[in-house]
Amino acid sequence: MRLEVDITSKEYRNAAGERHAVISGLKFTLGTGEVGVLVGPSGCGKSTMLRIFAGLDHDYQGHVSRPPGVRIGMVFQEPRLLPWRSVEQNVRLVAPLVDEARLSALFAILELGEHRNHFPGELSLGLARRVALARAFAIEPDFLILDEPLASLDQALAARLREQIAMLVDSRSVMTLLVSHDIDDAVRLGDRVFLLSPRPTHIVAELPIPTPRGARSEAGIAAIKADIAQRMTATALESANVTMARISPREARED
Amino acid sequence: MPRLLSFAVFVATWWIASLLIGDAKLPPPPIVLAATVTEAKSGALFFNLGATLARVALAFVLAMSLGSAIGYLMGRVRLADRICDPWLILLLNLPALVVIVLAYIWAGLTEAAAIAAIAVNKLPTAVVTLREGARALDASLDDMATVFAIPRWRAFRHVVLPQLAPYIAAAARSGLSLVWKIVLVAELLGRPNGVGFEIGVAFQLFDIPLLLAYSLSFAAVVLVIETLLVQPFEVRLSRWRPRAA
Repeated sequence: MRLEVDITSKEYRNAAGERHAVISGLKFTLGTGEVGVLVGPSGCGKSTMLRIFAGLDHDYQGHVSRPPGVRIGMVFQEPRLLPWRSVEQNVRLVAPLVDEARLSALFAILELGEHRNHFPGELSLGLARRVALARAFAIEPDFLILDEPLASLDQALAARLREQIAMLVDSRSVMTLLVSHDIDDAVRLGDRVFLLSPRPTHIVAELPIPTPRGARSEAGIAAIKADIAQRMTATALESANVTMARISPREARED
Repeated sequence: MPRLLSFAVFVATWWIASLLIGDAKLPPPPIVLAATVTEAKSGALFFNLGATLARVALAFVLAMSLGSAIGYLMGRVRLADRICDPWLILLLNLPALVVIVLAYIWAGLTEAAAIAAIAVNKLPTAVVTLREGARALDASLDDMATVFAIPRWRAFRHVVLPQLAPYIAAAARSGLSLVWKIVLVAELLGRPNGVGFEIGVAFQLFDIPLLLAYSLSFAAVVLVIETLLVQPFEVRLSRWRPRAA
């Protein structure tokens, strides 16, 4: 199984009818067992990309080829659970064939066992995020899409959840695409990190991380993080300069 | 208990009013009760209530199912909304009497004409409410259902329908009260039985106890249906919501 992405451009039309370029060049492939991480500044259109990869948005130039009949598991930025169904019903709705043993194991890994019969309205955001993860894994996806699954969680919880994601990803062969603005997540979870520019977005650099997830030393992680941070600062500066040069005096005043 | 108290206040007010106005225009509760018992003993009361209830049930189910389907379609599909909207406005503002009279003229004084006329009166309010509901559907949940490839019917049943439930409940509630009102007019004008017909007879004979006997029995039936069917249904639908709302 292989995901091939070649998006040449994606425009977005706002309410006033003006066109804005969101993506200006995105080309990569992702194979089974690989975790690709898209890292970029906020507002660079990461969620737009994921919508295209998931097949929710067809209005773009270029092509994305997903393997036919691929099972997609997606964790949206906000949990998107059905408030009128219990935790277990939410998971079973997308995965009607999941057997009890697998479901229990999944709930155990994500520490959701005692919340099975709760409604999403009764859960904290952290718990709701874990239910969204459980839902995405319950269908045994071939292609896993994670949109900032760890954003706005406290450090300790984010770290635990990250380990759980790593464990679930390694437990089966799946192509995974993760979007994050957190370099730490990217380096600890990814096999390949794609650095994105601000809008209109393109891939600035692709960094493979050959060391397996479990075997990465803190020093190694720190080194890669420093490298990425430096590259991102450089990109941000460069794009800021370009933007400055592009803005006409009138527009600058309006800002 | 507060309900019982409010009922007692109602009976007391009625009794006092009848003493002030006089038996001829407003008979006191015992006389009306006696008339009710007489009608009940002869079986006429239950026969007529039953006939009216059957018409209400048929017209209500017809209007709700058709109205919900049309409203959902209009809320989801822009073209359907544009095509149907003028008709909807026409139907919304067409007086009930016009619909009933025309139905009897075109289809004869038949049961089908009566039920269709009642349903047509209720239909547009169901359409309007359900259209609002369909417009308010959460697109992000639709996306979720699409990504996870939930089959259409399952998605409708578990993702869409619960979002429409409050709108369906509102349409049912307002629709039921509308049907209760219109069914009597339809019976008065063109049916040989039912509460509306009996009230018409009582009016012509100036039999006020009989008139009140039927009106109040009918009101009692409406109250019982509201308390035992409609309200528990609404509670069940909203049980996932946090209590304080």
